[in-house]
Amino acid sequence: MVRAEWAIFEEDYWAINNVLDDLMASSRAGNIILIDRTGQLITQCGPDVEFDLTSFASLCAADFEANYALARLIGEDDFSTLYHQGARDSMYLGKIAKGVVLAVIFGKETTLGLVRLRVKRAVDELDAIIEALYEKLEYRNEEYDTFDDEFSEGVEAEIDNLFAE
Amino acid sequence: MSLINYSSREINCKIVYYGPGLGGKTTNIQYIYEKLAPETKGKLVTLATEMDRTLFFDFLPLELGEVKGFKTRFHLYTVPGQVYYNASRKLILRGVDGLVFVADSSEARFDANIEALYNLHDNLKEYDLDLKEIPFVIQWNKRDMPDALPVAELNEELNPEGYENFEGIAVKGDGVFDTLKCVAKQVLRQLQAT
Repeated sequence: MVRAEWAIFEEDYWAINNVLDDLMASSRAGNIILIDRTGQLITQCGPDVEFDLTSFASLCAADFEANYALARLIGEDDFSTLYHQGARDSMYLGKIAKGVVLAVIFGKETTLGLVRLRVKRAVDELDAIIEALYEKLEYRNEEYDTFDDEFSEGVEAEIDNLFAE
Repeated sequence: MSLINYSSREINCKIVYYGPGLGGKTTNIQYIYEKLAPETKGKLVTLATEMDRTLFFDFLPLELGEVKGFKTRFHLYTVPGQVYYNASRKLILRGVDGLVFVADSSEARFDANIEALYNLHDNLKEYDLDLKEIPFVIQWNKRDMPDALPVAELNEELNPEGYENFEGIAVKGDGVFDTLKCVAKQVLRQLQAT
């Protein structure tokens, strides 16, 4: 039986995506990406992106971590949002419960003010989903029996296969 | 902090390469990147100074084949070796699932290994983590250096706990895969045991 430190279940995944879809429409953003605090991509909303999403997720988490450390240095608890302005596209990042990061990429079709306003509401909704998800983790992880010995053996064989010299 | 996504059927784990400056952490990752088939690896991200010293981290995602409908991904990170960058070193440890300590075998760098090990313990403590609870593997790198200390001596001095360890010459790839294979399997076993 496996017990990850955190997991996303089907229903939460769709609840999260619904919030992101609403945010996309109401803020007129170009793309929205949700990342966990260790830089793992949770979900992406919007058209397919041309950049490497995995690298993006890892760098976003590092960006937030670095800014968290900067906030502490100057005596703040945290910076709850970050804004990066570009010539064509900009990014607005918001912190959700448990260190999850919401990254909104937007262009000239919208304004920072509108994005900021809509993100604020979405952060509240996502906070509630993530908090509830963590409570559920206390017992739900154990319902899944996919990760038995057969699974471990299969993955170990895959590891040997990947690193065969 | 391993993440299981039951919807996209993915398991994500984070492995961090730690160790003294110029010990070969980035060389390990670069070798892995060069040798693996394109479909199993993502982009190698390197945040380095102009002098090729790691400033923030190197990052390489790897993907295993599907087992029982689930894809397993390993995200490999290195930390900057220089003490000067300790603040960013600490950040990379957040949510770590497995650790590789790349030690420099040369006698001249013996103290640097000790310093990095102490620093690792201190930085883990900040996240309420203990090395004993995390999958941990040591690589005695640079075995080809003329002043390389014997492995028995290195183990006695730096690895009294007897963590699994491998000899390496990362520039040639020696020991690189063995080290990663070992820590990856430990991470998976941990996932099943908890």
